[in-house]
Amino acid sequence: MTTESAVLEEPVVKKQELPEFELVNLTINGQSFKLKLQPWVSLLDAIREYAGLTGTKKGCDHGQCGACTVLINGKRINSCLTLAVMRDGEAITTIEGLSDGVVNHPLQDAFIEHDAFQCGYCTPGQICSAVGMINEGRANSLEDVQELMSGNICRCGAYNNINAAIMEVKSKMA
Amino acid sequence: MNSFSYNKAHDVAEAVADIQEHEGARFIAGGTNLLDLMKENVMKPAHLTDINRLDLADIKENEEGGLTLGALVTNADTAWNERVEQRYPLLSKAILAGASPQLRNMATNGGNLFQRTRCYYFYDTATACNKREPGSGCSAINGINRIHAILGTSEHCIATHPSDMCVALAALDAKVNVTGPNGDRTVEFGDFHRLPGNTPHLDNNISQGELVTSIDLPPSNFTKNVFYLKVRDRQSYAFALVSVAAALDLEGDVIKDIRVAMGGVAHKPWRRREVEESYIGKVASTENFRALAETMLTGAVGFGGNTFKIELAKRAIVRALNEALKSGENL
Amino acid sequence: MKTQYIGKPVSRVDGLAKVTGSAKYSADFKVEGMLYGYIVSGSIAKGRIISIDTSGAMSLKGVLQVFTHENVSGLPWFSIKYKDMDAPTGSPFRPLHDDKIIYSGQPVALVVAETFELARYAASLVHVSYQEEDFTTDLVKNMDQSYKAPVGKLGYVSPKSRGNADEAFDQAAFKMSGSYQHGAEHHNPMELFSTTAIWENGKLTVYDKTQGVSNCQFYIGNVFGLAYKDVRIISPYVGGAFGSGLRPQYQLFMAVLAALELKRPVKVGLTRQQMFTFGHRPVTLQQLQLSASTDGSLESIKHEAFSETSRFENYTEIIVNWSGTMYNCDNVKLKYELVGLDMYTPVDMRAPGAVTGAHAIESAMDELAYELKMDPLIFRLKNYADEDQTEEKPFSSKELIACYREGAEKFGWTKRSIGPRSMREGNQLIGWGVATAAWDAFQAPARAKALLSIDGKLIVSSGTSDIGTGTYTIMTQIAAESLGLKIEDVTFKLGDTNMPLAPLEGGSWTAASVGAAVKGVCEDVKKKLKKMAVKTKTSPFYDTSSKDIVFDSGIISDVNDSSKSISIVDLMRIAGVNSIEETSTSGPNPINKMKYTFNSHAAVFAEVKVDEDLGIVRVTRVVCAVAAGKILNPKTARSQILGGVVWGISKALEEESKMDHQYGRFMNHNLSEYHVPVNKDINDIEVIFVEEKDDIVNPLGVKGVGEIGIIGVAGAIANAVFHATGVRVRNLPITMDKVLQIAEDDKNQVAV
Repeated sequence: MTTESAVLEEPVVKKQELPEFELVNLTINGQSFKLKLQPWVSLLDAIREYAGLTGTKKGCDHGQCGACTVLINGKRINSCLTLAVMRDGEAITTIEGLSDGVVNHPLQDAFIEHDAFQCGYCTPGQICSAVGMINEGRANSLEDVQELMSGNICRCGAYNNINAAIMEVKSKMA
Repeated sequence: MNSFSYNKAHDVAEAVADIQEHEGARFIAGGTNLLDLMKENVMKPAHLTDINRLDLADIKENEEGGLTLGALVTNADTAWNERVEQRYPLLSKAILAGASPQLRNMATNGGNLFQRTRCYYFYDTATACNKREPGSGCSAINGINRIHAILGTSEHCIATHPSDMCVALAALDAKVNVTGPNGDRTVEFGDFHRLPGNTPHLDNNISQGELVTSIDLPPSNFTKNVFYLKVRDRQSYAFALVSVAAALDLEGDVIKDIRVAMGGVAHKPWRRREVEESYIGKVASTENFRALAETMLTGAVGFGGNTFKIELAKRAIVRALNEALKSGENL
Repeated sequence: MKTQYIGKPVSRVDGLAKVTGSAKYSADFKVEGMLYGYIVSGSIAKGRIISIDTSGAMSLKGVLQVFTHENVSGLPWFSIKYKDMDAPTGSPFRPLHDDKIIYSGQPVALVVAETFELARYAASLVHVSYQEEDFTTDLVKNMDQSYKAPVGKLGYVSPKSRGNADEAFDQAAFKMSGSYQHGAEHHNPMELFSTTAIWENGKLTVYDKTQGVSNCQFYIGNVFGLAYKDVRIISPYVGGAFGSGLRPQYQLFMAVLAALELKRPVKVGLTRQQMFTFGHRPVTLQQLQLSASTDGSLESIKHEAFSETSRFENYTEIIVNWSGTMYNCDNVKLKYELVGLDMYTPVDMRAPGAVTGAHAIESAMDELAYELKMDPLIFRLKNYADEDQTEEKPFSSKELIACYREGAEKFGWTKRSIGPRSMREGNQLIGWGVATAAWDAFQAPARAKALLSIDGKLIVSSGTSDIGTGTYTIMTQIAAESLGLKIEDVTFKLGDTNMPLAPLEGGSWTAASVGAAVKGVCEDVKKKLKKMAVKTKTSPFYDTSSKDIVFDSGIISDVNDSSKSISIVDLMRIAGVNSIEETSTSGPNPINKMKYTFNSHAAVFAEVKVDEDLGIVRVTRVVCAVAAGKILNPKTARSQILGGVVWGISKALEEESKMDHQYGRFMNHNLSEYHVPVNKDINDIEVIFVEEKDDIVNPLGVKGVGEIGIIGVAGAIANAVFHATGVRVRNLPITMDKVLQIAEDDKNQVAV
């Protein structure tokens, strides 16, 4: 071993050390994923590139748009600003986990009915965020919804329809 | 993003030891600002000590009769904590004015104190910035400085502190409990953050190996007449151009005590106790508020793009105090 | 045949895919063995690369290659090979071509590695040394360098003047002069540009974010010397584009370059910061002078615009021409010039030109209305243009008066008090403003294919795009109705160069262009079915006249005798036909185009509340009344207009890419500091589609709704801000410091 590394040593360029791989257990939409990841992998990239669930979107990678919103233990977060290793053992819900393929979450149906999107790219984040907002129980009026959904940018400008969809679902739940 | 090693600490001692053991290490809690800056290659920690498993996530009564906020309580859980809402509504309002619901669910109280400036040049490694790279120069002074500081600036840096929470903490005379290799200490909130001076790369007076464990809030009479005004270029999810945490303790229309702290105007939350004190015993009126605002802005200097903030800040103070006055009426 | 789907508020057919996360955007395609590319962006505005040190990056295990101008060779020298279908005149930018730096943020290297994180890290280890040269990026300081905008870009027409505007202006009783400025803007669709390129068996497959798969195929074929047939571009879902996807962006070049060289699939995505390193809506300065007689008739319109472009291409858009057609006026003087600067070429951005020009002319009209002490809506009606005076042609249809009337009624315009600062609620000053909008109703040639199977299912395809516009849905509606099928039996496919050629998706022309092709191809299938019905011996229509045959819900029946019927499925079965396939081309009617002007119109009414002390402007109400011919789907069309209004609010109050001229670099290159509206910024928006019948514009009678919603909004808001405050903010965006007139670096505000 020692001899070998001596032979391979390159004097000109210093070998840069790369982060160690770690086993990260994520439960995504009830399914267990055991992923071998380096600590520099964001939760967003872990979900998309390593677990292969591409419903969650990257819109800015800096917590400035909300497209990557997922739920961790029912709370909405920006998955781009947390490392997957920090979330070891946690239960994550993404857009794919809100519908069982037959029955949608009421928000998903309401989004279609109210045309609460155009390009659809921010939509998974909007819906996850709305689920998280309803869990929080602080949105009591349209004005509250406007403020508490402001962490999700929709460049197509579907806000009025997003709010209509959310208000409808909220009124049915009440 | 640079290459780094990573450890999860399970208690405070382990965290403090872990950060000592690694050169260029940083604590990571919520990560909302640190990872943002790492992706921009602005911060390049060689090691991250994950402190999320530390037992610092409680809000407790303290001996003084106030509340102690654990460093790892999220901003959302703090703002929506019943005791905080009732006893420190100013803090609750300030937190809710900041960031987005998702970010508030991640960002911690401790981490919020370490939030770094939003200066464009600090964020862009293609430009000169004394905060990011000491000695390289300040691009903002002659550059785009609409969002920059008007108070306490230096020729080396005109960046602002971006936090809303910290503005309220400054107004409420919070104290920060810190632990480190040399033991525990408590830092008055006003001494926590620094002005840029000759050392703009230093945001605060906490050394590398020290860990914030909690924030003490003293008992407060500011439960009724409080207001947090955030003036910004859009209605939500934007940093403050100017923000004002205003609190009044009144006897009739006479000021028993008053607090005014400003965000978005300096390298730290801006507060001047001596100005506040000079209004104790005076009538809570728009005229007095304006006079107070004039004094608060004494020494303010604009750099072109941000010069408007001087007048805007004065108006914001008056408005915030008037709203605080009114908010008592509604209760 | 009875109308079943066209004009109905059908929910998006791609809605389920979008709400469940199953819609695949370009970055969502994962291919076995895929590598990740990360682009290194240049830090200077102009100069040369002296050296690039890639050794640190290359030393990392898992880094396969760092592409730079030093190791990329074999690509065409002549820049004409880099021209795409939407390129303006000039020489397109060639990524990694040589050591020249021509704009800040220019891509200088591509790192390709086994993982995204590794590529990103390795990119941070690439060290580039530059020799800097003098540069200039400030339009205002280079006005003396302006030159006449050349023709040559798709759709661009030079402005035409008429009469003698100078003389009329000098002699007129009432006049106004004003200069208006717009900052730069970047499209910032939510989806980051991303490309995955796969090179396999001499064929290239590319998943890309684009508004035109054929344009990317054309570009890649030319640049890399590949036969078009060997280049397949796929783009089924596009997460917004707003014009940014009209031209191939550099990540496409990078991904293909790496895939060809490394013989492995490569994905290259841009960061949000890099989304500010290609085309933008240009900074524009405009001078307006209007005059009117005492009765409020316009005597003259003078409109000049100066726009920035790059030093290598002449980006042009139609800014001032609208001032010649919007109102009735005999003396019009128009001028449009460019200034070349050390930046990337601007690119079309939602309602390019029109939205810029409309803000200025509509503000100017408002200013003159105040001079005349006339209601600004009445002033517009007084000068209503019944025909296109520029081209001396009638409009194929123009229901703008209905827009004014219905919009004003819904808004309650008659309750408006005329004086500035005359309406308030506590410390909130209230203002109401109005503006007009117009946009071209284009149609371009397009092809579509239809495949009807024996199970009665129809698949229609065309290589167009759906950037959120609703293309999937309206084409499905058109196909279902044209062939009399149930909508659930129709699938529309798009975004693939294996499909028939469609024009770039932009300019509000897709509904008309691709819609006509879809209608045409379905009519062709229908003809075949009719023929089959009358020629097949066992058919109930055997040997009858095909003229009496109607199609509804998959059933063919006799118009006079409904008991005589057969399903399409049965007909094909008895005829022994497994499928019917047709391809059809449609295009504009050149004679109609010669005889008429095709425009859509809108009237926008806005209410603002302005904080008297703090200057904060909130748009509390907007009514946008639109005349855009036939509305194929009121649900998705309304969304398009809502989005346009949100864009207008954004333009008026928030959006601006801030260039630091010390660096020649856009500095607020992120979504935290580049403000677009959030949910809380948007309040009541009412959309009205007025009835507008137009048999001339195209077979469907549609004019498109992608741009018309944004065009008038900034003007209406600026006018409302004046009405509220008495301050005329002529530079966009209207921020609080300008409203309060305390903006030290921007003194172009006038108070009454």
